[in-house]
Amino acid sequence: MRRIDTSTARRVMIEFEGQPLEARQGETVAAALLAANHWSFRTTPVSGAARGPFCMMGVCFDCLVEIDGMANRQACMTEVREGMRVNRQHGAAP
Amino acid sequence: MKSHYQIAVIGAGPAGMAAATVAAEHGASVLLLDEQAKAGGQIYRAVAEQKINDQNILGDDYYKGRSLVSELAASDVEHVGGATVWQVSPERQIGVSKDGVAQQLTADRVIIATGAQERPFPIPGWTLPGVVNAGGAQVLLKSSGIAVPDAVFAGTGPLLYLVAYQYMKAGIPVRAILDTAPKTNTLAALPHLPAALVNIGALMKGRRWIASLKASGIPIIKGITNLRLLGDDAVSGVEYRRRGSWQRIDTAHVFLHQGVVPNTNLAMAAGCAHRWSEAQLCWHAVTDAWADSNVAGLAIAGDGVGIGGARASEYSGRIAGLSALHQCGQLDIAERDRLAQPFHRALTSEMRMRPFLDALFRPPRQFRIPADDATIVCRCEEVPAALVRQSVELGCTGPNQLKSFSRCGMGPCQGRFCGLTVSEMIAEARGMPVAEVGTMRIRPPVKPLMLGELADLTTD
Repeated sequence: MRRIDTSTARRVMIEFEGQPLEARQGETVAAALLAANHWSFRTTPVSGAARGPFCMMGVCFDCLVEIDGMANRQACMTEVREGMRVNRQHGAAP
Repeated sequence: MKSHYQIAVIGAGPAGMAAATVAAEHGASVLLLDEQAKAGGQIYRAVAEQKINDQNILGDDYYKGRSLVSELAASDVEHVGGATVWQVSPERQIGVSKDGVAQQLTADRVIIATGAQERPFPIPGWTLPGVVNAGGAQVLLKSSGIAVPDAVFAGTGPLLYLVAYQYMKAGIPVRAILDTAPKTNTLAALPHLPAALVNIGALMKGRRWIASLKASGIPIIKGITNLRLLGDDAVSGVEYRRRGSWQRIDTAHVFLHQGVVPNTNLAMAAGCAHRWSEAQLCWHAVTDAWADSNVAGLAIAGDGVGIGGARASEYSGRIAGLSALHQCGQLDIAERDRLAQPFHRALTSEMRMRPFLDALFRPPRQFRIPADDATIVCRCEEVPAALVRQSVELGCTGPNQLKSFSRCGMGPCQGRFCGLTVSEMIAEARGMPVAEVGTMRIRPPVKPLMLGELADLTTD
């Protein structure tokens, strides 16, 4: 992925699957993960197939992740916050 | 947020921003609700934020949205971003959630301006990670300045070429453009060309994009009749058929696009009538010339009444705003008519180009109705095309019955990415017009909300 963002947005550190990941203030969780080349966000409840962001505008619900312990968050609709803990979601959310 | 407003507008794209701003200018109390944090909608997403210094990359048409955003900011509109509207009732009660807290409020007039989404593109492998809608890729570019080198662009429609052109301007390599528009589209579009010439500037712009893309050496492969996306846990390649033979491109990123369609769920759940458009192959909200739907007090503006693009949406929003002002007693009828006249005229002129574009970029049947049995139709519930067809054979008569046969359309997206496919598939299998097959019945909440949010709702 290439960032052609020339803005001076503050860096925000989040955690993805327990690993630190640098994001930029104001961007969504989906953008931050894609920028770090993570394209698979969850597995489906029905067949366990891998899924990642598809529409990037809150319509498809394929980018669901677990954020700070809460499942079924739309990564493309949630802005990053310092210290946010993001995890892949496996199958049906608890 | 207060518990009541004269005018509530849902959606802060060009139609919603224009409607809200004009309404507030004439003294109405106006609430503008939008799911995104910042105003702009998808077309003008993040336009006020200047993520990318070089304005040549996203182009003038995009930055035109800045004036709408700044007019809105300077107005008395109460704009609430990050607010998900999950219900508009026929009595104009609005259910909205923000930061995990749900509330209900009312308005004398509600203008639904929920815009458009990309059309479903049901082909083998379209659910694989690494496959993104071209509009989604553009959102990533506009809102975060992130680009994806070496992607294959596939499908049809102006947006597919626009995003490729923006990538080229940004110096991001594009692997190939696979164009699925059949040659017969050009012939079908030709009779509509004279009317479209009112907007010759826009047509020439499109030609310039394609010429520059070709000149830059990006392969543009036309006449694609079939597409398959390959991979297990992520997309690894595209297979395409052209003139009867299959070819393959290895790639980790595919951008799909075959036009945009109205985002109808909120208006449908509110009881607003919709009709099938054979020209645009989607459902349009039925409104009169003043944006009023069949439900008293509910108006619909912008792409929801038929895809017209950003400019048309802006004009349609102004008309809806002026009409709502009149209905609230803020504007007499003569004043409404006088102020709306230029927008009616501009809207009519802008829409004259549409039949040509609709015909030229019409997505062919095989990319709307999957022939391959294993292709997923409903992404949420993973319902394959075979199950939809078998259900019809077993006596399933329409999209609503299909839910109990297969769970198709019952996942979190609530039919947004399968509804059109299902209506067309059932119509074809039963030999009926799509208009008669109808749509999935949409019920509130139109976006998932937590049980706790509902439970905590306090009513006065």
